Formats: sequence, C-alpha cells, structure tokens
Amino acid sequence: MSLWVDQYRPRTLDALNYHKGLSDRLKSLSASGDFPHMLFYGPSGAGKKTRISCTLRQLFGPGVEKLKIDQRIFLSPSKRKLEINLVQSNYHLEITPSEAGNFDRVVIQELLKEIAQTQQVDLGAKQRFKVVVINEADSLSRDAQAALRRTMEKYMSNMRIILCANSTSRLIAPIKSRCLLMRVAAPNEEEILDVLQSVARRAGFDLPPEAGTKIAEDSGGNLRKAVLTLEALKMQSPDLTGPLSIAKPDWELYCQKVADLIIGEQSPGRVMEVRSKFYELLSHCIPPTVILKTVAERVVDKVDDALKADIMHWAAFYEVRMRTGNKKIYHLEAWVIKVMSLYKHFFYNIDMSEFD
Amino acid sequence: MASNFFAKAPSAKSTTATKQVIEPPLQPWVEKYRPKTIDDVSAQEHTITVLQKTLTSTNLPHMLFYGPPGTGKTSTILALARQLFGPDNFKNRVLELNASDERGISIVREKIKSFARQTPRAQAVASDGKTYPCPPYKIIILDEADSMTQDAQGALRRIMETYARITRFCLVCNYVTRIIEPLASRCSKFRFTPLDSDSSSLRLAHIAQCENVPVSKPVIDALINTSNGDLRRAITYLQSASRLSSSTQPPTPILPIDIQEIAGVVPDNVIKDFARVLGIDVDDDEMDIDDKPSQKQNGFDPIRKKVKFLMREGYSASQIISQLHDFVIFHPTLNGRKKSACALVFAEADKALCDGADEELWVLEVGLRVHKSVMS
Ligand SMILES: Nc1ncnc2c1ncn2[C@@H]1O[C@H](COP(=O)(O)OP(=O)(O)OP(=O)(O)O)[C@@H](O)[C@H]1O
Ligand SMILES: [Mg+2]
Repeated sequence: MSLWVDQYRPRTLDALNYHKGLSDRLKSLSASGDFPHMLFYGPSGAGKKTRISCTLRQLFGPGVEKLKIDQRIFLSPSKRKLEINLVQSNYHLEITPSEAGNFDRVVIQELLKEIAQTQQVDLGAKQRFKVVVINEADSLSRDAQAALRRTMEKYMSNMRIILCANSTSRLIAPIKSRCLLMRVAAPNEEEILDVLQSVARRAGFDLPPEAGTKIAEDSGGNLRKAVLTLEALKMQSPDLTGPLSIAKPDWELYCQKVADLIIGEQSPGRVMEVRSKFYELLSHCIPPTVILKTVAERVVDKVDDALKADIMHWAAFYEVRMRTGNKKIYHLEAWVIKVMSLYKHFFYNIDMSEFD
Repeated sequence: MASNFFAKAPSAKSTTATKQVIEPPLQPWVEKYRPKTIDDVSAQEHTITVLQKTLTSTNLPHMLFYGPPGTGKTSTILALARQLFGPDNFKNRVLELNASDERGISIVREKIKSFARQTPRAQAVASDGKTYPCPPYKIIILDEADSMTQDAQGALRRIMETYARITRFCLVCNYVTRIIEPLASRCSKFRFTPLDSDSSSLRLAHIAQCENVPVSKPVIDALINTSNGDLRRAITYLQSASRLSSSTQPPTPILPIDIQEIAGVVPDNVIKDFARVLGIDVDDDEMDIDDKPSQKQNGFDPIRKKVKFLMREGYSASQIISQLHDFVIFHPTLNGRKKSACALVFAEADKALCDGADEELWVLEVGLRVHKSVMS
C-alpha cells in the first residue's frame, strides 16, 4: 500500500489543484512540437515534480507512466565505479546526478550523449524528442553544468531537458539562457486546505475544517509535509476532532534543546555540551545548514529585539563559511561562541571585543 | 537497462534522415534563426568586419572569442567555418569539441592530434553548386574553453605549435580570464559584447515578422529589458510568449507583463512591498498617506515574515537581490551615504550566493542590513 502523497498525486495537468495559470501554460506549450528546455524552480514541497510528471503525461500520454528503475555503472576518470539510479519510460528518463557527487559531469556527458544520439523507437510516439528530467539541478557542479550547455543546443532535435531545482541562483547564466523558467510557488494555506480536503474525500472521509487549517498552518507551505501529516493524524485519531497535536520530528526538538542550552548559560563548558549535541545531529545526517537555521530561528525567538539582527547576521556569515570550508562543526561552534558572546555582552555589558 | 530507450538508430544514415523529418515550424526559434552566414550576425560589427577579410584572404589566425552568453560566439564560428568549407567539407575540416566532450589532457592529445595530423584533402566541388574558398587547413573549435583544466590548456599549447601549418584553433569562452595567458597570447582576440537594444530589437522584429507574430514596441522593450543583451534568452521568451498567446481562444496579443512573467522577473509591487518593510520610502499611488505611516511595519519580525513569504513564492534570491539593488541605488531620496552602506551588503550577498550560501539567510541578511542603513 502506498502513502497518500503518492496514491492521490494528481496525474494530469487538469487535475492539479492550484496555480491554474501555470498549468494552462504548460498545456499549451505541450501541445506544440517546439516544446522548449525548461527549468522548474521553487521551494521544496511546492509540487514541482508532480507538475513535471503531469507535463510529461500531457506530452506523451499515459505510456509515460510505465516506469522502469535501473542501475547504471559509470566510470570516473580515476576508474572508480559510480552507481546511478535511472528511472525511465519509453519516452523519458529521470536522473539525479548529485548521486555521483563530484563526478556528476561524467554522468551528464555519457548519458546525455547516449540518449541524444539514439532516437525515439516508438514510431507512434506523440513527440519526436525524448525528455531527460534532471533532479536537484542546483547541486550540479559547474563542470556538469558546462557539459550540458552545448548538448542542449546540439541535440535539440531529439532531446529536451527539464531541470528541477529549488532555486536558480546556483545555475550558471548560459544554462538559464537556454531554458524557459517555470516558477512554482508554494501553495498558500487555503490552497493546501483545498488539496487536503480533496485527498480526504478520495480516501473516503470528511476532514473537519479546523483540523485541515491546523495542518495547513503547520506545513509551512510544504504540501508533501501537509499530506503526510494528515495521514499520520488520521491513523492516530480516526475522527480528527478535538485538539490535535502535530508531532515535531525528533531532530527539530533536539535543535530547540540546543537553542535553549545556548540561551541558558554562556560558558566554555556549555560550548562543549552544545558541541556534542551538534555531533549527534550531524551523525544522524541532518544537513548542517538545516541545523544552523533551526537553532538560530529558535534563539532569535527568545532573545531581545536588539540582538536578533546580529544573531542572524552571524548565522548567514558562518553558513557560507561552512559551505566553502571543510569541517562543518568548526563553523557551527564558532557561531555558538559568537552568539554567546553577543548575549553576554548585551546582558552584563561585559567587554567581549576579543571575540570580534 | 531498458533496451528500447537506448536502442541505437539502425544506421547513421537514418539518423540524419529522421533529423530532417523535424518540420521547420516545430524547431525552436533559437536554432531556426541561428545566423547562417557571418553577415547574419547582429551587432559585433568589429568582429564581423575582420572575419569578412579572412573569407577573401583565406588566411586565418588562431582565434579566441569571448563574451557573455547568447551574443553569437558559437553561431559566428560555425557560420564562418561553413562559409569557408561549404557543406561537403565541413565534416572533415571542422572539429568541434565542447564542454560536453571529455577534454582531459590525454583526450586533448589524442583526439586533436589525430584529427590535426591528417593532412587536409584538396578542394572538392561543392554539391550545392557554389564554390567555397576551402583553404588548406582544418579548424578546431574548442567551445566553452573556459571549462578546460589548466593542464589541458597547457597541453594544447604544444599541439597548436606542432600543427600550426595545417590547423587553426578557435577557442570560445565566456570568461577570458580563465584561459591561460600563453594560450590567449597565441590568438587574435575577439570580444563579443551584450547586444545593444537597436540590434536586438531589429533581430527580434525580423523573427516576429517571419513567424507572423504581431509584437508591439513595448513588448520588444520588455524582451530587451529582461534579457540583458542575451539574444538567445530574448528569442526563447518571444517564442514562448507567442505560443501562449496564440493558444488562447481567441488569440490575444502578447503583452509586456507576459514577457516579465516568463522571464522570472519579480513583479514590481512585490519588490516595493519588500522595500517598504525595510523602511524605504516607496512612492505609490495606491497608498493613502494618512493610512500607512501610523502603523510602522518594520523591525526584525516583519522583515523575517516578509522574507519567508518571498521564499515561499519561490523567487530566486539572486533575482530579488538584483531588483532590490536597482530599487535602492536609483532611489530618488535616499542619500548617498545610505546607498553606499547598502551597496556593501549587496556585494557580500552576491559573493555568498555564488559560494552556494543558503538563500533565505542571505535575503534576510540583505533585508536587515538595508533596513539598518536606511534607518541610521
Ligand atoms: N549576434 C547575434 N546575431 C544573431 N543571432 C544571435 C546573435 N547572438 C545570439 N543569437 C541567437 O542566439 C542563439 C545563441 O547564440 P550562440 O549560440 O551563438 O551564443 P553563444 O555566444 O555561443 O552563447 P554561450 O556563451 O551561451 O555559448 C543563436 O542561435 C541565435 O538565434
Ligand atoms: Mg556557445
């Protein structure tokens, strides 16, 4: 049995609940043979992937839903083996090149050329071209992006590329220049409520509006999260009435604890304590940026207004360093020390300038 | 492995045959209107004048083309090569290598070496009845050369010298500084500039006319403003806009706001709202003077809320920041001191985003610092 998020995922552009204008545009673009390369971007959980698969269906018909999943082995220049998952139908192929880490260029080069130089075998296919969907395009290395450029022009007669990304900031200009940009905004609370209600209807029950609103508010615009929460709550209390408690994930609670530790006491001992908590979070594969942001959000909620801007400033500052640097923990720790010194300085007016 | 997806075309011949099946009207306009001869290339007058001479003298130096995306670099070299060699000889006289080809040192050696070594064949009669200069050398185009490693570029130096008599190299790149000096100094350099609005507007009008798409002057202006001298982008936007406008019942004319929407520009009022939350004076007709200033809506929490909203809407941080930058820098009443303070944070944010920083943190940082500067 599949989860509701998958089971009740809309499969055609017409079935999409929100951003009607966008769906219409996709429909008219699909209706012509000159479908461009596209770049879908927007926050996670906004429904980019669903929209892409609906577009594919519009382009090729239901045949595109017959998926096969394979593994392909690529050889890195140093002859290391890289395993990549490929999801494909007769008409399209979906890859997540970031699985190959620094060697994503190799995957892009080999795979795209291979596809570009072959042709549509299904003579009855509605389109002459095949589509390659590239997930997490914003984590493509610069080399991999460069490798896409000319390929996108040269093989345009038999291949189209759909890039899916959270933001366009990390894509190089020549790539953006070759795509039509499609912004997919997160649905607002009403739109989420609407989707939740239609999911409930199809699952055969009525969703009390208060419960729906609560879930929508809690989801932060992430539709996937909202539907998952709905399903979880429905399991807990089948009638969905009365006070609902939407459980926060463990790591989030843990981050809040860290924030409370920072505000509770500012001392070298406390830094060590916080440090071990950070290690714990990192070892559970919580991305360091998410850790930093979650802790910082909680800290600023609890301190004086005068400190908030500075705390966020240092969060932004150390977050970039964390990306360009090597050891995540150093920068997390540096931020904590910075915040503690700001805090102490503010409350006790102690001169902490040596930490500036 | 799904055999059918990757099924090879039965033979090379049928591949080309199917290529021609693609009806021209269904071709993306960027490819359809790619200049066929160097005279077709808009703007870039200096480059074109020099290259015209090489067509008659048939003596070509090594060349380095550089400039921003969509300004005609690849088109120019392909057109030049076609005019020099004609359709028949193009294949065996021109080698195009780009960033999608493996270009490690060993490949540079092997591939280029073996291609460069074959001595050029004598001129054949062109199948299209025209005569082509067909000079006695081969052209090797290294497109997107700025993504070649330093080592590979180093290796290229020797090869260029060894085969100097029978090959000409054309390096094409966006960032000339990424080409090592010894290589750059062996080439005549040609700078491709972002297209000026007159040339862009002529080219766009020409395409619109060929495609029978009515476009008004404001639409052309919108295309030019959103594409920043990148003609490829302007053409893509135009085609999408015409596709969308002709698909409605009855067809509607293209409007400038359609172009902005397609180009991913953040709407003006969204930027204005953001600026207002940051404490910048926004002159706005819709706002009643006695209505707003009383509820001073700025400070940390409103700014954070606004940033979260912008992120949810999916606008890209770099786009928001660049538009806010313009808004602040051209603001009629902010003084120079405040503007300068803001300029500092815009620069920092740009660098941070290039380094892959978290977008929300940096839009917030920009917001808070602009707020602080404006309020100081
Ligand atoms: N100067 C120009 N004159 C006419 N058309 C142009 C010109 N510049 C760009 N174009 C149009 O834009 C398309 C892309 O141009 P081209 O491939 O030459 O860009 P480029 O400079 O190589 O860009 P990149 O740096 O992204 O590779 C062309 O197919 C053509 O339609
Ligand atoms: Mg090019």
